[in-house]
Amino acid sequence: MVAAAPAAPRRATPLALKRLRGVARFVGTLALTFFGLLLVTFLIGRVVPIDPVLAAVGDRAPTEVYERVRSELGLDQPLYIQFYRYVAAVLHGDLGKSVLTSNPVLADIKRFFPATFELATLATLIGVLLGIPIGVLAAVRQNRWVDQVIRVLGLLGYSVPVFWLGLMGLVLLYVHLGWVAGPGRLDVFYEDLVETRTGVILLDSALAGEWTVFRNAFAHLILPALILGYFSLAYVSRMTRSLMIEQLGQEYVVTARVKGLSEARVIWRHALGNVMVPLVTVVALSYANLLEGSVLTETVFAWPGIGQYITNSLLNVDMNAVLGGTIVVGTVFVGLNLLSDLLYRALDPRAR
Amino acid sequence: MKFSTMLLGSAAIVLAGVGAAYADTPKDTVVMAKQIDDIISLDPGEAFEFSGGEVDGNVYERLVYYDLKDVAKMHGALAETYAVGSDGKTYTFKLRPGIKFSSGNTMTSADVVYSIQRAVIMNKTPGFILTQFGFTKDNVADRVKAPDAMTVTLETDKKYAPSFFYYCLTAIVSSIVDGATVKQHEQNGDFGNDWLKTHSAGTGPYVIRSWKANESYVLDANPNYHGSAPLTPHVFVRHVKEVATQRLLLEKGDVDYARNLGKDELEAIHNNSDIAFDQGPKGAITYLGLNQKNEYLRKPEVVEALKYLVDYDGIDDNILKGVRIVHQSFLPIGFLGAIDDKPYRFDLPKAKQLLAKAGLPDGFAIKMDVQGQYPFIDIAQALQASWAQAGIKVDLIQGDSKQVITKYRARNHEIVMLEWGPDYQDPHTNAQTFASNFDNSDASTTKTLAWRNSWDIPEMSKRTQAAVEESDAEKRASIYEGLQREHQKVAPFVIMFEQIEVAAHRKGVDGFNIGPAFDNNWYAGIKKN
Repeated sequence: MVAAAPAAPRRATPLALKRLRGVARFVGTLALTFFGLLLVTFLIGRVVPIDPVLAAVGDRAPTEVYERVRSELGLDQPLYIQFYRYVAAVLHGDLGKSVLTSNPVLADIKRFFPATFELATLATLIGVLLGIPIGVLAAVRQNRWVDQVIRVLGLLGYSVPVFWLGLMGLVLLYVHLGWVAGPGRLDVFYEDLVETRTGVILLDSALAGEWTVFRNAFAHLILPALILGYFSLAYVSRMTRSLMIEQLGQEYVVTARVKGLSEARVIWRHALGNVMVPLVTVVALSYANLLEGSVLTETVFAWPGIGQYITNSLLNVDMNAVLGGTIVVGTVFVGLNLLSDLLYRALDPRAR
Repeated sequence: MKFSTMLLGSAAIVLAGVGAAYADTPKDTVVMAKQIDDIISLDPGEAFEFSGGEVDGNVYERLVYYDLKDVAKMHGALAETYAVGSDGKTYTFKLRPGIKFSSGNTMTSADVVYSIQRAVIMNKTPGFILTQFGFTKDNVADRVKAPDAMTVTLETDKKYAPSFFYYCLTAIVSSIVDGATVKQHEQNGDFGNDWLKTHSAGTGPYVIRSWKANESYVLDANPNYHGSAPLTPHVFVRHVKEVATQRLLLEKGDVDYARNLGKDELEAIHNNSDIAFDQGPKGAITYLGLNQKNEYLRKPEVVEALKYLVDYDGIDDNILKGVRIVHQSFLPIGFLGAIDDKPYRFDLPKAKQLLAKAGLPDGFAIKMDVQGQYPFIDIAQALQASWAQAGIKVDLIQGDSKQVITKYRARNHEIVMLEWGPDYQDPHTNAQTFASNFDNSDASTTKTLAWRNSWDIPEMSKRTQAAVEESDAEKRASIYEGLQREHQKVAPFVIMFEQIEVAAHRKGVDGFNIGPAFDNNWYAGIKKN
């Protein structure tokens, strides 16, 4: 028998290498996630019982036109070849052309996503700025009338159809009271007055110093943002309430009170400080959901956002557009996850 | 209390500065709310959707056109005179002098030749309207010629009814484009298709300023238009998918026209003193297709019974009032040879008698594919209820329109409810699809509606085809009248309604022309007071 050589002492992995591995792992996971997303969406697009050629040529096209377009779209090729070609094109930055809009998908996304971004961001701000204080209030006044009212409001936010609420909002605030502007992103007067830089009209008009356009855009934005913000508020306040109730029962809260800290400091600084980490996840999820586009809100408010774009494309099996939209949605989720991780580290020293 | 104050304060901040009053629409711009997400392209050689046709109808003109009040009457448009030669195949068009395109270029026969040739060679979806006359990419240069700067000749492959050919030349695909301008934008031999999708190069009263897919399009008056300048120089059409939203925008005065209101919205604003209505029949026909592969639907008595089991008037009154009318033949009102016969009405005893004769006294179970949107699903539910009285159990399969059509084209349906709009203004467009099926095999290349319902009709197909070769317009009309009456009796189609297009508008705005086709919904006469 040969005696085993004594194991060489392990050298500590350099920090740079560790980080490199971490980055590689992250990139690998990301690539796998996007690949899976694309594959699943692609396969769904192929099994839905709708002929994609119909979207391109309509119902009346003669057979030779139909066959030609089918071939142009690559639909006469085996599925794996179709998918390979698509992924190869995406890796070259080409998301293809939309059959329905005749535009490059990237150009469509650049046009539709900022509209959704603008709406979702303001809605999330409303949801967070109102939802967290409301949730805290409900937790502090647990089982009192304030709590009951807030819980009912939250429940309504979950259960009232957004479509109905949007229409009622329009009837009341737009038609009867005239407090807000109607559907669409701008009045006809202001269309194309401001050069498109980011696609976010509030930002573009502010950068151009066109404050009348800014006001008009805000007047159009506020109602759909309030409607979506209400749904975000319902979710955020409910989660805040339950997280706060748990924290308020902890011993450190009792200790803080015994030590004579003011009630406001106990609640807002210590208890709320401890629920901020899980709340970041709650808010990120809510924001990501809104950034996917709210089809019904966009429909009621004639808001040209990504939700309508993806849904319309899906119903017409405009797969380049659907896959492009999927990449956007995937990127939004990944981006917000990253942001959440960074915020965790900022809020919780243990995570650093 | 502090929180309440804070909340109220937040709400006030959010709404601060928002509560301004919003002005009416601009005086020089007609503003419409309309569903325009069907537009795929605005190139007249490619556009074949309703909204795209409407835009191009305001931007381009054709050689000949028909009288909107009496579509049987044809007249020259960009052509001053037109005639067919003694061979019955060569058509000569003398162009109207002094016509300019929006670019300022003068129209010549070279533009006409280029326009027809590009439509044939590109052969996009509507290309068949021209290629059915034997034009191909290989022969079009020989068959479409310009003997001089103001004359064009077109030679068809054989003799057709001249009216058939002229009506096809009124279709959007036959629009005349500015050859010089389009050629400047050609890329990789695309005949300027990519550019013309979003731009225009026509002689019509308007030019396209912009089209943002699923969002809006804007038209401006053509400064070089040869006719009277449009009364309102700009048209802004915003895509508003939701009809309830269209209604609110109209009531508030933020749009001048709401174009897609349904029965409920129309009823709701009927008594609004600020709103008026324009309307006109459109050619779209709502029908049931009964697949002859089905063992029950193959029986003639069952087909007839189903025609008696539709409560036409009841559905019209309760579901469709104002947006459809009862119509039971395949040619829409106003077409050459159209008839207004309505041989069927709801008659339960008669239907039961026919079912008993078919050996099905207790009815049967059947599936119906239908679009899950107004008015189709509403009509289907009404049919479900009335057919149940005769023992017929209908299982409704709801789907998106393209889903329903995909199944229909594969002949996998049992009963389907759909709408069919004519491709051009000639009766052959509907006759061919409803009453012609030369090859009933699965390999057929002509998937007419008769084929999709597996209706094998070699004799009727021959008569339908013969009608397009009849040069005497009166005889031709009478052939179509006979075909329709026979079709009403024997066809596995339950033709029920024809669309009425209604545009609700503010009272101070008037003059929108709702023509019989989507491409003659003209804006140029709209005046804002």
